[in-house]
This record gives sequence, structure tokens and C-alpha cells, in this order.
Amino acid sequence: MNFSEELIVFILSAFIGYYIVWGITPSLHAPLMSVSNAISGIIIIGAIAVLNTSPSSLVSYLGFIAVTLASINIFGGFGISQRMLQMFKHKKNIRVTKNE
Amino acid sequence: MSETLNPLINLGISCFFILSLRGLTFPRSAYRSNLLSMIGMSLTLLWMLITCTHPFLVLCAIILGMIIGIFVSQKVKMTDLPQTVAVLNGCGGLSAFLISTCAVLEENLDILDTPISAVIGIFTFSGSIIAFAKLQGLIKKNFGNLNQLLNLLIFIILLLTLIEYALHPDIQGFLIISVLALLLGLTVTLRIGGADMPIVISLLNACSGLDSATIGFVINNQLLIITGALIGVSGSILSFIMCKAMNRSLLTVLFGTTSTHTETDSYDRKHLVKTGTPTEAAFMMENARKIIIVPGYGMAVAQAQHILRQLSDILINKYKVDVKFAIHPVAGRMPGHMNVLLAEADIPYENVFSLTDINNEFSSADIAYVIGANDITNPLAKTDSSSAIFGMPILNVSQAKTVFVVKRSLAGGYTGLDNPLFYADNTIMLFGDAQKITAEIVKTLEH
Repeated sequence: MNFSEELIVFILSAFIGYYIVWGITPSLHAPLMSVSNAISGIIIIGAIAVLNTSPSSLVSYLGFIAVTLASINIFGGFGISQRMLQMFKHKKNIRVTKNE
Repeated sequence: MSETLNPLINLGISCFFILSLRGLTFPRSAYRSNLLSMIGMSLTLLWMLITCTHPFLVLCAIILGMIIGIFVSQKVKMTDLPQTVAVLNGCGGLSAFLISTCAVLEENLDILDTPISAVIGIFTFSGSIIAFAKLQGLIKKNFGNLNQLLNLLIFIILLLTLIEYALHPDIQGFLIISVLALLLGLTVTLRIGGADMPIVISLLNACSGLDSATIGFVINNQLLIITGALIGVSGSILSFIMCKAMNRSLLTVLFGTTSTHTETDSYDRKHLVKTGTPTEAAFMMENARKIIIVPGYGMAVAQAQHILRQLSDILINKYKVDVKFAIHPVAGRMPGHMNVLLAEADIPYENVFSLTDINNEFSSADIAYVIGANDITNPLAKTDSSSAIFGMPILNVSQAKTVFVVKRSLAGGYTGLDNPLFYADNTIMLFGDAQKITAEIVKTLEH
């Protein structure tokens, strides 16, 4: 894929993101941040790609650390989002029982 | 085969992420949205494990990160959410920096993408670490007086070295660029005060997205570019919303001055403050028809969200009072922070309203209960054009018949401004710890 094709993909994705994010209610901005934080751990792909090509040992050490850090980002982010969103879910059940 | 399959798999995973963000539009579908992105991420990891050359090594690193990540995420308190997000952002940033360093070490020197992703990565890392230290209270000193030109100077030198690198790429140039970006992250976040923290956190979030996208350009991976663009836009929009809610522009937050407002005639007004007791407050709440509760960061610090829920429950169920919560966009230390804390205490989200939705209702409210909030209710934002917060949208609490302000002292908020609300005729101050005061009100109401 050449640069201009990549740029097209980038810009179009940015448009999708723009329209989705403006629709999100302010009360869910904190979960939005932590979910998107977790997703940004997708950078792990880059880290694994580094490990794939590792010719020298220094590069593979750095790659290993990079994979670990990205993995912390992924699982930490999802863990926090899960806890946060559980509260929003939890509450719905309480309200339902109150109505009954 | 993986050559043809790869784009299709990337497309599928991107769809999961897009649907996941879309799910956050309504609280009802929010829980599902996290599951969607978890599925997307699991598919990614699985696919990477199948296709990579050292699956065992990769698996070890992933499991190591998983243990640390899950441990951290389950341990933190909900009040400490902003600094945890900051640290996780920092991890992503450092990872991006290491990836680009490796790319340079492998003599991938001729591309400009690599130093740019390194710059954003290390900037995110150092910025996040400082943001963490500030939120955690490790750095208390205010660096607001740090020379504002310093940031601009580092930024310009950084740009020049980047151009130099584009012309003559070498490892020394890369190192200099990295050090400059690291410095810039430090100096930019050091200068930013507590009230601007929601902006910084959103901005670092946007940076971590741009990181992924630029790494995507470096290693030619569509999935990274798509996901990075989504996150980058999301973080930028959040920063924009936060800036707007404080009537600041991003440039003044990053490079501008923090205006220091000299207190004028506040001194002789101090004796005009009316103070009340929790018992009086309880009596008035009992007889009110409509109460609007305005929580701020002080509520979070005092961990008063659970007792606040008891207060609203007893008022709704026993005294049939209409209780609503009003949340300013920048209440707390990250976007939506207050909503999460109230959700933690099981306060139904139907009772929680944003600034624009509830601001007209204060005039029909009998009581506004301001707990641990200050600047977001400061009328100076409307009246005093010389004030640092002039033009910032505020909650019109003073329009309520009676305003109770729970606060430790008369000290100014994060902007250090005096708040005329405290001296208004219809304001009654309740001095003390937010949690204790509310608990006393609840106790009185129970009898």
C-alpha cells in the first residue's frame, strides 16, 4: 500500500470517528476515553512486527518491552472500562426492580 | 494466503471497533460496546499470534502485560480514574517510541514517519507521567510561572531538527529529536494547572491515537491507521469540548499564560457570609419540592458519592422531593468523571443532567446543593470581564431560591478566584468535610 492510499484510509476513518464521537452522550465521555485508550493498545501490532524481524538482540529486547507495555495498555484499559460500564449496567437493573 | 486474508481481517476488526464506539451513544448499549472492542482486540491478538515468527515470545510478553494490566485496573479506586488512564496512555506512548526506535535501529532511516511517531510517542509518555504525578498529588508545586516562551522555543527547535532529519537521516538526529520531544512533554504538562487537567488527559488520549496511526504509516498497516484515526479524532473532540466548557483555546492552554487575577474587594465582604448547620439544611430540604445537587471534584476527594445517593434516596422516597443532579462538563479531572462516580454510587442516570439540559431549571428549584464545586458556579464568569474564567459557561445555581454550599473554607478554587456566590443573599455556607456534612443531613432526615 502506498502513502496516498494510506492517507485515504486515515482521512475516511477520521470522518467516521468524527460523526460517531459527536453523537456520544457527555455522561459516557469517561468510558469513551478508557475504551479508546484500551483500543489504542492496537499498537501491539507494530511491536509484534518489530519482534518478527528482529535481527539483533537489542531490537528484540526493545520489541519485547514494547509488546508488554502495549499489552498493559490493552488489558488495563479494558479492565477499567469494564468496571466503569458495569456501573452503568448495574444501575439499569436496580431501576427495573424498583418499578416492579 | 495471509497476504489476501490480512486486509479482510483488518476490515473485520475495524468494524468491531467502530461499532464499539458507536455503542457508547446510549448508556443502555454502552456495556455491549466494551465487549465488542474486546472481541476485536482478541481477534487481533489471535491473528498476530498465528502469523508471527516467535509466537512463544509474543505470548509471554502479552501474558506479562495482561497480569500487570488486570491487576492495576482492578485495584484502583474510581476517584483515581484520571491518573490511571494517564499511566495507561503513557504505556502506549512508550511502546510507540520503542517501536520507532527499533525501526531506526534496523536502518529504516529514510522515512519521516518514524521520527514523527517517535516524537508523538515520547511526548505522550513524558506528558502522561507528569499528568499522573500531578493528579496523584506527587507534584504539588505550581509551575505556572515557568517561562511560556520555553515551550514555543523547544517546539521550534524540534521542528527544525525534524526537517534536518528529513534531509540527512541518522541515529544522532533521531536521539536529539527524541530528547527534545521528551522535554516538550515535560514542560507543557508541568505548566498546566489542576483545572485544565481534563484538557490534558483528552489531549494525551488523542496523541496515543495519532501514535497508532503514525506507526501504521511506518509499518504499512491499515488496521493501525483506521483505529489510530478513530482514537485521535475522539481525543481531539473531547479536548475541544473541554476547552469550550472552560472558554479556553487549546493554544493558550499549551503555550499561553495562566492569568493571575488579583483579588479586589473580596476581603471586606468576608463577614457577610451566612453560615448554616446541617440540621437547618435538612429542615429546608424536607420542605422543598425540587432540589438540584451540583457535585464537584471536592465531592470526589471526600468520597461523598455514596452518602449523596442516600441523601437523594431519602429525599425522593420519604419526602417526595424532585431531586436532580447537575454536572458541568469540566467537573472532575477527566471528561465524564463525575458521571462515573455517581454511577458508582448507583445514582440512576435518568436523574443526572448536563449543563445545557438543566441550566434553565435552577430558577424553578427550591434548593441548589453545591458540594465540593467552586469555579463551575462562579458568577464572575458572567460579570467580570477581567476574570480568568470570563466567558466560561457556568451552572446558574444562584437562581435557585436557596443555595447551600458545602466547602472546607472560603479558599478559591483551582483558578484561585474568589467566588461571589458565597456572599450572595440566598447562599448559606456549610463549612466542613463534604461527606460528614451530607451524612449529618441524612441522619437528621431519617428521624
